[in-house]
Amino acid sequence: MEMQALGDTGVRIHFGEEIDEKIHKQIQRYCGALQEKRLKGVIEWVPSYTAVSVYYRPDQISFSQLKKKLLSIQEEATSLPEGESRSVDIPVVYGGEYGPDLDAVARHARLTPDEVIAIHSQGSYLVYMMGFVPGFPYLGGMDPTIATPRLKKPRSVIPVGSVGIAGGQTGIYPLETPGGWRLIGRTPIRLYDPHRKQPMFLQTGDQITFTPITVQEYDEMTTSEERGSGGVHK
Amino acid sequence: MSRYLHIEKGGLLTTIQDRGRTGYQQFGMVVAGAMDAFSHQVANCLVGNLRDEASMEITMVGPVLRFEEDTWIALAGGDLSPQVDGKPIPMWSSCFIRGGERLSFGKARQGIRTYLAVAGGFEVESVMGSRSTYIKAGIGGWQGRALEQGDQIPLGSAKVMRSFRRWLAVGERPHYKKSIRLRVVLGPQASMFVKGALETLFTTSFEITPHADRMGYRLKGSPLSYQERADILSDATAPGSIQVTQEGQPIILMADRQTTGGYGKIATVISTDLSILAQASPGHKVTFAPIDVEEAHRLYREQEHFLRRLEVAGR
Repeated sequence: MEMQALGDTGVRIHFGEEIDEKIHKQIQRYCGALQEKRLKGVIEWVPSYTAVSVYYRPDQISFSQLKKKLLSIQEEATSLPEGESRSVDIPVVYGGEYGPDLDAVARHARLTPDEVIAIHSQGSYLVYMMGFVPGFPYLGGMDPTIATPRLKKPRSVIPVGSVGIAGGQTGIYPLETPGGWRLIGRTPIRLYDPHRKQPMFLQTGDQITFTPITVQEYDEMTTSEERGSGGVHK
Repeated sequence: MSRYLHIEKGGLLTTIQDRGRTGYQQFGMVVAGAMDAFSHQVANCLVGNLRDEASMEITMVGPVLRFEEDTWIALAGGDLSPQVDGKPIPMWSSCFIRGGERLSFGKARQGIRTYLAVAGGFEVESVMGSRSTYIKAGIGGWQGRALEQGDQIPLGSAKVMRSFRRWLAVGERPHYKKSIRLRVVLGPQASMFVKGALETLFTTSFEITPHADRMGYRLKGSPLSYQERADILSDATAPGSIQVTQEGQPIILMADRQTTGGYGKIATVISTDLSILAQASPGHKVTFAPIDVEEAHRLYREQEHFLRRLEVAGR
């Protein structure tokens, strides 16, 4: 297991070289072991495609001690049973004002808009990591037939909950931000709400599906979302 | 009974900050927090607060603040010519303010960020474990934004009534110069660069560009060239990470950095030096020097020890 310093308050533990489900599972297991061990001096950690970066307090643990502990955790992690991944369904209104680029994506793929919806909502997507903005999942697993390049000129505002495609990736916007993704739909689910008991709706390792809904269902769910409910099922 | 601090002018960028919102980086939550963590903590210690108490980060052009009641305050960090009812008050020292008096600022003489601590702290809501303002997500601090004219910020009540002045000795105060040397720990992607890149990093000087804010400082200088491409698979960043663009220009990540990024990182500025960098402004010169992790930790612990003593002495 290769470890590198990430400045004086971080250590990066390297697990592999590419986006790969097997590497992801090793990383997930390692994070599970970190969660269980609660090492003194360790503040938090961030899993990514190929690494886990651990942040620590140098006044509470030395570099050599920390590296030793992180190594021993790896041994324990390999003997841990594989953690169960959550299945999360994201309801989406596709097309229309909620997904203004659906037609463009369809044209690019030489498909009808309904075929694009079918392909996008039949897939299963893995949350490899989170970052970019609070609550944003980096998803793997999109069918390459609907891959579409980003807009040449990014939009200055993308509404919260927008579901989009950028190259071979699909994603969901947790915040209103500028961006160049092709927007194909929108979800009433708030991926990020700082005042909710669980501020983040998703977590690394989740297996996601998208289910088409109508505008009317969207409106009903938006109301209930404002009341603070939202559904994750195991 | 709440006491309030009245904001009569907001200033350029005045926000409430503490040591940051940790624990949610794995969900992409930006840490935020005081840019100059050292001065933030010193200001708190000087008024008898815990170091983690929220302070007010004041940037370049200061606000005008009116206090309702008598209180102890302290200012640490950049010297923005602070004054009370027009009379200069010292930096790095606690000061007694009478109810009705106004705190204002003038010219930025040295450094650009000053930290105002008030005995008892600012009573703002803690969001996800922190009072730090993160403007992009609109959370923390006062309504998730910079302070504006007309805001009234509730103050906490001081646990201990302090009745004497405390200050940092001149030799204990940092000096902010127009040319600074930053110590860095190499990596994690130093091997992505051409052989000469490290030599360029450690022997030439870089200038801070106008693109320098709470998220990061963009520098310009001789290019730090990659062997091939600049992009890596998105990976975690750290405070002080030196990302390098495809053109070979460095960006040092600061308090509001994104938790993950896709550029290679040649090195990381050490914690103690980040507080100094936070006081530098566009046009200032930066040089880099390599240091190993153990030496960086020695400096970290030394500063931590100093701050702990200051904290205990104030309570």
